[in-house]
Amino acid sequence: MPKIKLPTKSPRIDMTPMVDLFSVVLIFLMLTTTMRQPEPAIVDTPFSISEQPTPDFDMMTFLISNDGKVFMNFDNGPDTLLQYRPKILQEMGNRYGIEFTEAELRTFEKYKSSLGVPIMQMKEFLNAKNSKARDDLQVGIPLDSADNQLGMWILYARQVNPQIQACLKGDARAEFPVVKKVLDILQERNVKRFNLITSLESAKINLEEIQQ
Amino acid sequence: MAEIIQEEKGKDGKKKTKKHPPHIDMTPMVDLMCLLIVFFMLTTAFSKSKIMEIVLPEKIKDPNQEAPKISASRTQNIILGPDNKVYTYPGTVKPENYNNLPPLRETDFSDSGVRQILLGWNRTLFKKIDDFNQQVLRGEMEISQDSVQGAIRKLKSDDDTGPIVLIKAYKEANYGNFVDILDEMNICGIARYSVVDIAFYEEQMVEAAAGISSDAESSSN
Repeated sequence: MPKIKLPTKSPRIDMTPMVDLFSVVLIFLMLTTTMRQPEPAIVDTPFSISEQPTPDFDMMTFLISNDGKVFMNFDNGPDTLLQYRPKILQEMGNRYGIEFTEAELRTFEKYKSSLGVPIMQMKEFLNAKNSKARDDLQVGIPLDSADNQLGMWILYARQVNPQIQACLKGDARAEFPVVKKVLDILQERNVKRFNLITSLESAKINLEEIQQ
Repeated sequence: MAEIIQEEKGKDGKKKTKKHPPHIDMTPMVDLMCLLIVFFMLTTAFSKSKIMEIVLPEKIKDPNQEAPKISASRTQNIILGPDNKVYTYPGTVKPENYNNLPPLRETDFSDSGVRQILLGWNRTLFKKIDDFNQQVLRGEMEISQDSVQGAIRKLKSDDDTGPIVLIKAYKEANYGNFVDILDEMNICGIARYSVVDIAFYEEQMVEAAAGISSDAESSSN
């Protein structure tokens, strides 16, 4: 039987359409992206039907991890010239007798993710060389009645930025007593209206079902 | 497109180079783009998180000031228990009844659980809100989105038949339950609800209902 000789050369695939497609996707992603801030603790937010979007600024966020640590974050305000972050840190420093240098204030201004550092370790935290050393210092903000630093942060954040709104971002598995403590501190500071950060979920109710 | 490439021989017999378009190997470019796409996909926060507004009552700092009175007949208590359970009981417990606590009704967060109970309590108001929404959806009423919210708020504040729900959390409840129950309040259109501290007798009621021995609890405290 005569053998059919197949060409040994591998067929060349034209990659151009693939590259085109990738470019389009890439450009789309680059334009729409809002970078996710790395958080010191992984938090799975609970679901709700609320469709109100999170505001972009004038927020102070309390992050409650599922092991009961509390972290706090606030933004720089709608305009970077307002420099809320360094101002709040300076007030905190005055309160606890810690002098922050200009460089430390700048580092704090640029540090965007949540903080869980007791104020006594703040200097060490800001001067830390690498992120590993920083993560080790993130032990959660003290909030017991003897050393209520969270209350102080709230006080000064509201003094520096009167428009600031409180947001609570808790892990769904976080124990309620910790949440309750944060709520109590907020209530003590006269923050009565605040927001819970949730993920969107749809809910359907059939009216027929309930009319029986 | 087919190209005819003819091998031509020049006059002096030299072979002319072929007129092939130069082939660029795109594979490294594709590799790089893949990497970038994966990177962007992972770092992008696609869905922005949502917020749910909640208002806490003012803390009573003056010990002589009494808590606002609410009618016991409209009061419904919801206690968040351990293991994603929810307990409810109606009315209030008077001090003389501390030894004779009312039974708790146990339910859960499923659609047929606490939601049905809440809708049962709040049927009149829920129907009003739902009718209103339907009218807007069918176009019988032309009204802007903001006014819809305002009108629903008005319906809620005018309501005087619905329950006054007091939400309490047992210490083993988690934050997810808390958000879930507030969410149920929004879903069922409950006009009046508040988050309050759990009383000691309610803790006992939950412990009795969930089968937790209170001795073990008190020793761990």
